[in-house]
Amino acid sequence: MTSPSATADVLTAPAESDSDSYLTHDKGILSWLLTLDHKRIGVMYLMCVMGAFLLGGVFALLLRTELLTPGRTIVEHDTYNQLFTLHGAVMVFLVIIPGIPAALGNFVLPLQLGAKDVAFPRLNLASWYLWVIGATFLLVSLVTNAADTGWTFYTPYSTTTTTSVIPALFGAFILGFSSIFTGLNFITTMHKLRPPGMTWFRMPLFLWALYSTAVIQVLATPVLAITLLMLIVERFIGIGIFDPALGGDPVLFQHFFWFYSHPAVYIMIVPAFGVVSEIFPTFSRKRIFGYKFIALSSVAIAILGFLVWGHHMFVSGQSVVAATIFSGITFLIAIPTAIKVFNWITTMYKGRIHLDTPMLYALFFLWVFSIGGLTGIFLGVMSLDVHLHDTYFVVAHFHYVMMGGSITAFLAGTHYWWPKMFGRTYNEKWGRIACGLLFVGLNLTFFPQFILGTRGMPRRYYNYLEEFQGLHQLSTIGAYLMGVAFVITAIYLLGSLRKPMDAPANPWGSNTLEWRTPSPPAYYNFHNPPEVVEGPYEYADWVYDKRTRGYQRKASHDS
Amino acid sequence: MAQLVADQVPPHEPSGGHGHADAEHAANPYLAHHFDTPKHQFDSGKLGIWIFLITEILFFGGLFCAYAIYRSLHPDIFVYAHYYLDTFWGALNTGVLILSSLTAAWAVRNAQLGEQKKLIFNIVATIALAFCFLGVKYVEYSHKFHEGTLPGRYFNPTHEVWELESYQKAHGQHGSATAAEGHAAAGHEAAEPAGHAAPAGGEAKQPPPGAPVRPRNVGVFFSIYFCMTGLHGIHVVAGIITWGWLLRRAIRGEFGPAHFGAVDYAALYWHLVDLIWIYLFPLLYLIH
Repeated sequence: MTSPSATADVLTAPAESDSDSYLTHDKGILSWLLTLDHKRIGVMYLMCVMGAFLLGGVFALLLRTELLTPGRTIVEHDTYNQLFTLHGAVMVFLVIIPGIPAALGNFVLPLQLGAKDVAFPRLNLASWYLWVIGATFLLVSLVTNAADTGWTFYTPYSTTTTTSVIPALFGAFILGFSSIFTGLNFITTMHKLRPPGMTWFRMPLFLWALYSTAVIQVLATPVLAITLLMLIVERFIGIGIFDPALGGDPVLFQHFFWFYSHPAVYIMIVPAFGVVSEIFPTFSRKRIFGYKFIALSSVAIAILGFLVWGHHMFVSGQSVVAATIFSGITFLIAIPTAIKVFNWITTMYKGRIHLDTPMLYALFFLWVFSIGGLTGIFLGVMSLDVHLHDTYFVVAHFHYVMMGGSITAFLAGTHYWWPKMFGRTYNEKWGRIACGLLFVGLNLTFFPQFILGTRGMPRRYYNYLEEFQGLHQLSTIGAYLMGVAFVITAIYLLGSLRKPMDAPANPWGSNTLEWRTPSPPAYYNFHNPPEVVEGPYEYADWVYDKRTRGYQRKASHDS
Repeated sequence: MAQLVADQVPPHEPSGGHGHADAEHAANPYLAHHFDTPKHQFDSGKLGIWIFLITEILFFGGLFCAYAIYRSLHPDIFVYAHYYLDTFWGALNTGVLILSSLTAAWAVRNAQLGEQKKLIFNIVATIALAFCFLGVKYVEYSHKFHEGTLPGRYFNPTHEVWELESYQKAHGQHGSATAAEGHAAAGHEAAEPAGHAAPAGGEAKQPPPGAPVRPRNVGVFFSIYFCMTGLHGIHVVAGIITWGWLLRRAIRGEFGPAHFGAVDYAALYWHLVDLIWIYLFPLLYLIH
C-alpha cells in the first residue's frame, strides 16, 4: 500500500498529469469517432445533447412567439402543429432522456465507481452512434413535411395524417435502442466492475440513481420499441391492430405508449435526483442525511413508476376500478419523492453552505421541482384531472418537472463536473447571473400556464380567446429570458475551453472518487483499482488550499 | 484512517498503465484492459447478455400482450382463423429449431473443450437449420400470399374455412368434402356473403350445412400472426448473421477453454429465439 501522504502528494499535483489526460491521449477526429473511452463518449454525448437542446429550444421560442397573439403571429397552424411535435420529440428523445445518464453518466459513472471503463465499451460507442442515427431520422422527418402528431403519436391521427410520421417513429425506435444499451451497460458495470471495498451502500447516490434509471431503461424501452414498430407497420400497410374498423383498438396504443412513457419520465427525473444528491452534501460540507433512504427511494420510484401509466388515460375510457388503482399508486410515488426532498433539506440544515453555481442550480431544482411534483398530485386526482386534462395546467406541470427538474439538474451536473471534464473553470459570476435569469425566466414562462390551464386554455391550440392574451405574453417573455440565460451559459462554458487548463483536481471538496484523479482525468482513470474504506460523503479530511484553488486531503490521518 | 490508496497513474509512467494485471493481459489477447481476469470478463458478458434477453422478452411481450387482448376480445376469430395455418409446417419448424438449439448448445461445449472441428461443424449445423426454418417459413408465407390469408384489410381468402382440409379433419365432415369441390347441388345460401371472396372455381361455392359463419375482422388474427412470426423471423436472420460471424472466428481458431464467451452468449440468444417459437407454435397453430 502506498502511504497516504505519498498518495496525497500525487493527488495534488495535477500539472504533472496534464501530459497524458484523456483529452490529449490521442489526436485527430477519428480518435474521437472510434474511441472506446467512456469519457470521450460522454463528451460526445454532451456536445450532441447540447446541439439538440439548441434545436428544441429554437422550436420552443418559435412556438412561444406564435402564441404572442391569438390567430396567426408568425407561422401557419399546420406549421405550429409540426413545431410543437418536434419540440416535444427532440426535447424528450434527444435531450432529456440521454442528457444526464448518457452524457454525464457515461463520463462520471466509471470514475465514481473506481473502474477503468464501462463493462462494454464497444456497445457504449454503438449507443452513441444509434443516438446519431436516430437523431438523423428525426431530422429527416423535420425536412420532409415534419410530423404533426405531438410527441405521443396517438392513433388514429398518427396513422392517417399526411405528414412524414414514419421517419419520426423510426428515429424514436432507434433512440430507444440507444437508451437500452446504455442502461444494459450501466447495470453490468455497477454489478461487475466495483473495486474492492466499493459495497453497494458505499456507492455515491448518483450511481444509485443511474442504476434505478438503467433498470427502467431496460424494462420499459423495449415495450416502446415494439409499439412504435407496430405503429410503423400499421401506418405502412394498415394491418388494423390499432384501427377499430379492422377489429383493432386505438386505446391499446395508449396503454402501450404510456407503459413506456410514464416510466420514461422517471428515466428523465431519477438521474436528476442523483445529481443533486451529490451537490447538496458537497456544498453544505456535511454528510448526506438519510443515505439509504435516498438510495432505496430511487429504486422504489423505479418500481412504482411501472404501475401508474393509466393516470394518463383517465378520460380514455378505462374502467373506473383501473383508474382508481392507478390514481392510488400515483399518490404513493409522492412518498419516496418527498423522502428525497426532506433528506436534501435536512442535509443542508446546519451545514456550511457554499453558493457556487452548481449549488445554486441544485437549490433552483429543489424549489421548482417541488412545484412540478406537487402539481402532479393534483393531476393524479381523478375528479380534478377530468377538468385539467389536456390543458395548459398539464403543460405547466410537466415543464416544471422536465425543464425545472431534469434540465436544471443537468445544468447543475454540467457545472459541477465541467472542471473535471475539461480541466477548466468557468466564469463563476456569469454562471450565477445566468442561473438567476433562468430561474426568473422559467417561473415567468410556466407559472402563468398553470393559471391558463385552470381557466380552460387547452394545450396544443394555435388560437385562443382574447382574455388569455396577457398570460400568454407573460409566458413568452419568460421564454425569451430563458433563451438569453442559455446564450450566456453557452458563451461562458464554451469560452472556458479556450483558456489553459487551470482546474484543480478537486475544486469543490467532494469525497467521491472522480475527484481523486487529475482534472481532466488520465486516460485509464485509475492505475490500480482503488480500495474504498469509507462512504462517499465524508468531508472532514478535505481542506481548502488557496495555492491550487482546490481542496486537498489532510495527510495526517492514518489507520 | 487510510482512505483511498493508489488510485491513479503515477506521473512517471509514460502512457497510463494496465496496472497489476499486466501478466494476465499479456497472456490473453482477448482480455479487455478494464477486466482483471478472463472469468471477470466472461461473467460480465454473461450478465450483459441476460439483461439483453430480458429486453427481448419485453420486446416480444408487447405482441404477446396484443395477442392476449385480441384473443380474449374475439375468441371466435382465433378459432376460425387457425384452420388456415398448417400444423404440419409449424410442428416441423418447431422440431427444426429445437434441433438447432441442441447444435448451438453443443457448439458451446465444443468451444469450452477446444474441439475445433466439432465446433465448426456444430456452428455450420446451427446455421443450416436456421436456413431450414426460414425455408419452411417461406413456404408458409408464400402459401398465405397465394391464398389471400393476409393481415387486416388485405384478408381476402380464396378458400372458405369449410373447404380446408384442416377444418374437415377436425370436424369429420367427409360429406362436405364434395361440397367443397363446388359440384354439389345448389343448397340454401348462407347468410354471410362469402361468395365474393371465392374466385377459385369461377362459380359461387355453397357452404355445407353447419359450416361456420365467418366472423368480422378475421384479418386481425393474421395481423398478429405476421407481426409475431415476422419479428421472430427477423431474430432468426440476426441469429444467422451472428453465427456466421462466430463461424469466421471459429475457423480462425479464436475460441478455446480460455475464451468461449461469444459462443456461449450467441447460444443463449439462440435458445431464447427457439423458446419464443415454442410459445408461438401452440398460440397460433393449436387453437381450440
